[in-house]
Amino acid sequence: MTRRPLILALLDGKGAVFLGVLAALAVLVPLSNLLLPEASPLHVPTYAVSLLGKYLSYALLALALDLVWGYCGILSLGHGAFFALGGYAMGMYLMRQIGPRGVYGHPVLPDFMVFLNWQELPWYWHGFDMFPFAALMVLAVPGLLAFVFGWFAFRSRVTGVYLSIITQAMTFALMLAFFRNDMGLGGNNGLTDFKDILGFPVQAQATRVALFVATVTALALGYLVARYMVTSTYGKVLVAIRDAESRARFLGYRVEHYKLVAFTVSAMMAGVAGALYVPQVGIINPSEFSPANSIEAVVWVAVGGRGTLVGAALGAVVVNTAKSWLTGALPELWLFALGALFIIVTLYLPKGIVGTLAEWRDKRRATISAKPAEVAAGAAE
Amino acid sequence: MPRLLCVILALVCGLLAAPARSAPADAGEALALIASGRFPDIEKGVDLLARSGNTHAQAIIEALRDGRLAVAADRRVLIQQDGGRWSDAATGDALAEAPAAPKTVRINNRIRRAVEAALGALTLMAPDAEARRQAAEAVFRSRDAAALSALDEAIAREEVPYIKRLMGEARAAILLGDAGASDLQKLEAIDILAARADQDALALLRAATQGSPVVSAAAEAAVASVEQRLALLSMLQNVWYGLSLGSVLLLAAIGLAITFGVMGIINMAHGEMVMIGAYTTFVIQEFVRSHAPGLFDWTLPVAIPMAFLVAALVGAANERGIIRHLYGRPLETLLATWGVSLILQQAVRSIFGPTNREVGAPSYMAGSFDLGGLAITYGRLWIVLFSLAVFAALMVALKATSFGLRIRAVTQNRRMAASMGIRTPWVDTMAFALGSGIAGMAGVALSQIDNVSPNLGQSYIVDSFMVVVFGGVGNLWGTLVSALTLGIANKFLEPFAGAVLGKILLLVFLILFIQKRPRGLFALKGRAVEA
Repeated sequence: MTRRPLILALLDGKGAVFLGVLAALAVLVPLSNLLLPEASPLHVPTYAVSLLGKYLSYALLALALDLVWGYCGILSLGHGAFFALGGYAMGMYLMRQIGPRGVYGHPVLPDFMVFLNWQELPWYWHGFDMFPFAALMVLAVPGLLAFVFGWFAFRSRVTGVYLSIITQAMTFALMLAFFRNDMGLGGNNGLTDFKDILGFPVQAQATRVALFVATVTALALGYLVARYMVTSTYGKVLVAIRDAESRARFLGYRVEHYKLVAFTVSAMMAGVAGALYVPQVGIINPSEFSPANSIEAVVWVAVGGRGTLVGAALGAVVVNTAKSWLTGALPELWLFALGALFIIVTLYLPKGIVGTLAEWRDKRRATISAKPAEVAAGAAE
Repeated sequence: MPRLLCVILALVCGLLAAPARSAPADAGEALALIASGRFPDIEKGVDLLARSGNTHAQAIIEALRDGRLAVAADRRVLIQQDGGRWSDAATGDALAEAPAAPKTVRINNRIRRAVEAALGALTLMAPDAEARRQAAEAVFRSRDAAALSALDEAIAREEVPYIKRLMGEARAAILLGDAGASDLQKLEAIDILAARADQDALALLRAATQGSPVVSAAAEAAVASVEQRLALLSMLQNVWYGLSLGSVLLLAAIGLAITFGVMGIINMAHGEMVMIGAYTTFVIQEFVRSHAPGLFDWTLPVAIPMAFLVAALVGAANERGIIRHLYGRPLETLLATWGVSLILQQAVRSIFGPTNREVGAPSYMAGSFDLGGLAITYGRLWIVLFSLAVFAALMVALKATSFGLRIRAVTQNRRMAASMGIRTPWVDTMAFALGSGIAGMAGVALSQIDNVSPNLGQSYIVDSFMVVVFGGVGNLWGTLVSALTLGIANKFLEPFAGAVLGKILLLVFLILFIQKRPRGLFALKGRAVEA
């Protein structure tokens, strides 16, 4: 059997459309925002650019979650923790960039430390003034946590709902920890009041557009990585583990290693998503760790269609757009709608939007290809 | 040897105290002295009056202190009452008409002190036991040496043992701080305070370690023994707090243990069943308040079965409408029930508002009592008893009824149970209703100690999962042990690590524990490799 070129293996029909849409967004949105006059109906205002950027970083989180849930059967109720950790790493970099421009004007210490009478920077804040280090931490901190957590959990064969519960406990514990002022990460208020990123002012229009383009690029790259993983031989084993873990183990695969790789890569992707989310939203605080956020991310994947990658990203954007609209228009209805979404999707749309569409298409193709065969069979009689 | 010393001391003390008792003097003589107008005589009169046991003594002395005591032209002593009316001090009878030119009895600082001492002594000898107790404790706190003679007399007269003990302790506290007291008296005082053994006594004894060598040695020994006793007490207090927290966890988790055990599914809406139970209590209380306020104490006994019914109905509807369609897909069930929990929360928020609702405590839930130095509140005690009662009732229901037999059969082996003719779908619905109903009853208990708000359930859901997972699925004893262990561990970690860090440590411990024993402390033994 000849191997298809990598690029063709990665790009099935959905993927091509997805990357095409991303490329179009990356080009058209900045053009429209920067070049078109504000009066033009096609002009995208800057706040909308940031809002879209926020949705797309959620989409990256959903993509990461789909990699472990859709392809490996690990329902993580703690992916929000990895997202938030990446966000905190970026937030720490942004805090250090404020320098002496804080309210208290301290040359090194962020405002909240001056406020708490801290005399010097805690050890874990060192290095975050350099972007490359911070960028490394965005990947390393969530990745390391996922590696250690997964190492223990998968080796002891903690699966199914038990795993879901302890991931939830993990993010809950982290939330409590980050709420503490002693943690040295801003406590209840988190990190905010950012000024610069890489020397450019965070609030400026051009920076916001650049952040948007960076998010689109990260999402595209994340998609390619995830797609590469699931189409490779490794990915086939992953699916085998999802469908029959014991059988895969009896066939000689080291199940825990496969799971661990997927879990760690997914956590790093979630970390990147968080790092892109923070400068566009302008704040990171411990409520990002709340178990409810993680579960909400799961429903994005479920709505879009688990095990489709594209669907996860689509689900994140669709659900969050609906959330923004509903919380503005009819705030009381949002939780009803979200709750109903959970129920309807699990009961009636187990494959999500993308999965259900694919099913229809396959059925139609099957009927079309079946018709000539019937005709041929009739003619033969 | 110390015991002998004690006996001798007690004898000496008794001999010293005995002569202090004086015969009750006539109030007339005391009043005559007061009416004389000379300061030394007034002081003597106050002293006499305080010892007289006269029923009007307190009123007269208080009037003297407030400048309302006056002498009429016929040398009768009068008291000016509120509103300008006068009464006879000796008899207490009101005068029909205002006397001519009454002369107010003036006092100086010396008399003022005598008056204060006399008032302290009078309350120490008041007919009301509660007043005497409060007076003894006030003296213990003030350690006013001037009260010593009155205290001696009060001790001699006192007949209620524990008030007598309190007065003895007050006397010891005064003597220990008194430079004029002998070492013998101080040693006796140290023994008495060491027996009291609380924080106040500890502070007094610590102060006494500066005295003469004999006294300071005794005081140091007493400090050590009191500290040991206090440490033991605080440990017991922690155990009690832990038991109380554990019983709350037990109530919240036990229903979850049933649904999780029988059906292997995670019911994320379990916390909302607790919330519904709490709101049922609120509604019943509101109804009783507006229609029959006299029956307020009966609201909880009524609320318990009502909360069970309401939550059980909601749970059964949840099972029939949603969960039934998702069997064999535990992760999807988790998501769907999370959706149910969001809807229930928002529904309650829309109906009752987002703020906390006030659920009152009936009279028998209020107050506390003292058990050998442990402060135990009735509310907590009732909740501990209630949760143990619920546990016992559930145990009986599962072990002794045919319904329980079916639940246990389905828990152990669903397919085998179905083959034996058990209607497993029916068992599922009933078990789900039972679990939800128990959560509802937990809500009644929680309404007494926690804020009744739409988020009530959310704050318990992670904890109750931890309890179930720690204890092991399908084993109620495991749930009991795990709830109480976690409750006590939490309370023991709190003093060292603080409430939040303690909780984090516990969560980390549980995450690690699950790695070691993925099926919990008391796992069911069986051949089921994987679900």
